[in-house]
Amino acid sequence: MLTYLIRRLFAVAVMLVVIILAVFCIFFLIPKWSGIDPATMFVGKQADKESVEAVREKLQLDDPVLVQLFEFFKGIFVGRDYTSGGDTTHCSAPCFGYSFRTEQEIWPVLTDRLPVTLSLALGAAVIWLIIGLAVGVLSALKRGSLWDRLAMTGALAGVSLPVYFTGLISLAVFAYQLDLVSNTFTPFGDDPVKWFSGMILPWVTLAFLFGAMYARLTRATMLEVMGEDYIRTARAKGLKEPVVIGKHAMRSTMTPVLTLLGIDIGALMGGAILTETTFSIPGLGQAVLKAITDRDLPLILGVTLITATAVVIANLIVDLLYGVIDPRVRLG
Amino acid sequence: MTDHEHKSHKDTEPGTDATRVDAPQAAATGAAGAAIPEQGTAPDLTGSGTAPGEPELDQRPPSSFLEVRDLRVHFPTQDGLVKSVDGLTFSLEKGKTLGIVGESGSGKSVTSLGIMGLHTVGQYGRQRPQLSGEIWLDGQELLSADAETVRKLRGREISMIFQDPLSALHPFFTVGHQIVEAYRVHHDVDKKTARRRAIELLDRVGIPEPGKRVDSYPHEFSGGMRQRAMIAMSLVNNPELLIADEPTTALDVTVQAQILDLIRDLQQEFGSAVIIITHDLGVVAELSDDILVMYGGRCVEYGTAEQVFYEPQHPYTWGLLGSMPRIDRDRADRLIPVKGSPPSLINVPSGCAFNPRCPYADVPGDDVTRTVRPELREVKDGHLAACHMAQEDRERIWNEEIAPKL
Repeated sequence: MLTYLIRRLFAVAVMLVVIILAVFCIFFLIPKWSGIDPATMFVGKQADKESVEAVREKLQLDDPVLVQLFEFFKGIFVGRDYTSGGDTTHCSAPCFGYSFRTEQEIWPVLTDRLPVTLSLALGAAVIWLIIGLAVGVLSALKRGSLWDRLAMTGALAGVSLPVYFTGLISLAVFAYQLDLVSNTFTPFGDDPVKWFSGMILPWVTLAFLFGAMYARLTRATMLEVMGEDYIRTARAKGLKEPVVIGKHAMRSTMTPVLTLLGIDIGALMGGAILTETTFSIPGLGQAVLKAITDRDLPLILGVTLITATAVVIANLIVDLLYGVIDPRVRLG
Repeated sequence: MTDHEHKSHKDTEPGTDATRVDAPQAAATGAAGAAIPEQGTAPDLTGSGTAPGEPELDQRPPSSFLEVRDLRVHFPTQDGLVKSVDGLTFSLEKGKTLGIVGESGSGKSVTSLGIMGLHTVGQYGRQRPQLSGEIWLDGQELLSADAETVRKLRGREISMIFQDPLSALHPFFTVGHQIVEAYRVHHDVDKKTARRRAIELLDRVGIPEPGKRVDSYPHEFSGGMRQRAMIAMSLVNNPELLIADEPTTALDVTVQAQILDLIRDLQQEFGSAVIIITHDLGVVAELSDDILVMYGGRCVEYGTAEQVFYEPQHPYTWGLLGSMPRIDRDRADRLIPVKGSPPSLINVPSGCAFNPRCPYADVPGDDVTRTVRPELREVKDGHLAACHMAQEDRERIWNEEIAPKL
C-alpha cells in the first residue's frame, strides 16, 4: 500500500510538472509564435511603450525559452525579482507570477479565494450526493413507475436549467421575498452563522445542477447492478431486501459515482463561475472572470494551474478510495 | 395476454379454464410473492387426474418432502407473455437427487428460481412475473406464503449453488464475509462463531488453508475454488434442499468431477434433497436418482436414471442422448444433434411443443401431434412420458433405430 502511494504521489508530481510546462507553452510561447507580443498581452493594448518595454525586461521575454522556463520554476520554489532598470518588483515564493495590471502577486490572490470556492464545492457536493444517490436508487428500484418518471423529468430540468436562472429565482423567493436566508456572502471568519445562511442557496443551486446528473448516473448504474448474479446470490442467502440494496448493490453503484465526483470537485476548483457570479461569492470563479475581462494573463495562468492541480489531486484521492471500495484494484 | 392464457389452457384442460386464468392475476396483484391458487387443480404425477370437468381439489399437504404441482411461471414482456414454465409437476424425497435436464430456455433455471421464490423479490407492477401452482416444502406451501416467510426459508431450508461462481459472488467482499453473512442471517451468533463456522465449511469443501483463505476475495480464487466456496456458502445453514443450477458449466473439465464428487459426498453427509439442473447428461448420470427432462417449459419425460438412460421414451430424450459426446465411436458419428432450435416460449408450437423438430411427428397420424398437446402418461413403474406415439411404436423405433446408433 505504501509503495503504491509513493508511486502515485510521484506520478502526481510528474503530472504537475507536465501541466506547468503545458500552461507555460500556452501562455508564453504560442502568442510569440503567432506573432503577438507577449509583453503587450501582459500589460494591455492601451499601455504606453515604456511600460510594455519594462514588462518585457521584467519577464525576460527576450531571453531563450529555456531560461524563461527555468526562471518560472525557480520562482515557484525561491521567489523571484522582476527587475527593469532600477525598478524591482519582488514576488516571494511560491511565486506563480505577478499581475502587472493589479500590481499584485498571484499566489496570495489564489490562497485567498481557494477556500471560498472549496467550501462552495464541498458543501454542494454533500447535498448533490445525498439527493442524487437517493433519487437515483429509488428510481432504479421503481423503474417505470410514476415516481421514476417524475424524478427523471426533474433531473432533466436540473441538467438543463442554467444556474443563473435557478439561482436568481431562489434568491428572489427565499432571500428577498421570504427572507429566510442571507442574500450576501459573509466570510466564515466574520460570522459562521451568517456564512452558513449565505451559502445555503449557492449550495442548493449548484447541487441541483449536479444532483440531477448524479441521479441519472446512479439510476443507470443501479439498474445494471441489480441485474448482477451476486445480487441474486445475496437474495438467495435470505438477506432482507434493504440489506441487499443498501449493502450489496450500493457498494458497486458507488464506484462510478465516486469517479465522477472526483473529477467534478476538481473541475469546480477552477471556480463555479456562474454560481459565484450569481451569488456574488468572492471565489476563484469571480477572480478568473475578472481576469478574463481584464486580460490579466498571470492571474488566468495561476487559476489554470490551480484547477489542473485540483483535478489531479482529486483523482488521486478517488483512486485511493477506489482501492478501498474495490479489492480488485488494490495495490494496482 | 388473456388470449394466450385461454389458448394454452384449452389445449389441455378446458374444464378448469376459469380458475386457471385468475391465478396469475392474483400473483400480479396479491401480496408480495404470493399467488393464491385457491382452486388450482393439482394433476398428480400420472397426469391423468386432470380429466376435463373434474377439477381435483387437493389442498392437503403432500407426503413428499418437496412437491411441485402444476407450477407456471410466466413473464409479461413487450413481445407477449413468455411461458417459461407451463405446468410442471414433480416431487422429491429427502436424501434423493433429482436431475432436471433440457436445453437452454427449457425452463430449468426458472423452475429453480421459482422454488427459491426469487422471481418476485424486488419486482413489481407490469414487470412482475406471474406464478401459479403449488410448491410444497416439508408440508408448507411456498407460493401462497408471505414474502417474509419465504425469505427466512431461503438460505436456511433451501439453498442454491449458482452456475458461474465468479459472477455469483460479490467481488467487493471477502469469501469469508459472504459466508459469515449467509450464516448470520439465520443464526443469532456473534461474528467470531460465524467465522469459525465459515472456516470449518471451507475446510470441509476442500479448500486448503481455510483459516487464511477465508479472508481472500473471490478474484483471488481459482474457478474450482470459487465453486467450492459457493458450495460452502450454500451449505453453511445445513439446508434440507439444495438446488445446484449447472454447478459445473463454468468450470474446467478436470475440476468438474471433483465438484460433482463433493456435492454427492456432502449430500450423503447432510442427507439433504438435491435438485441438479444441467444440460449435461453426464452430470445427471453421475449424480441423479431420478431424471426430469424438460422441453418448452414442460416435463416431457420423468423416470429413474436407469429408465431414462436405458429405456428413454420421448424422441427429445433420444435426441439428448444422441448429442452426448462418445469417445468409443468414430469421430464423424460421435454427435447426432437435435435439429432445429428451441421453441419460442411466447408462441409455443400447438400440439406437442417438440413436433417441429421431431423426426417421428407423423408416426401417430391424424396430425394429432400438431393439434393436441400430449399429457404425461405412465409408461411403466412410475416412468412418465408425454408423447402421442403408441407404446409399441416407441419401443420399435428405440430398439431398431435409436439404440444401435448410441
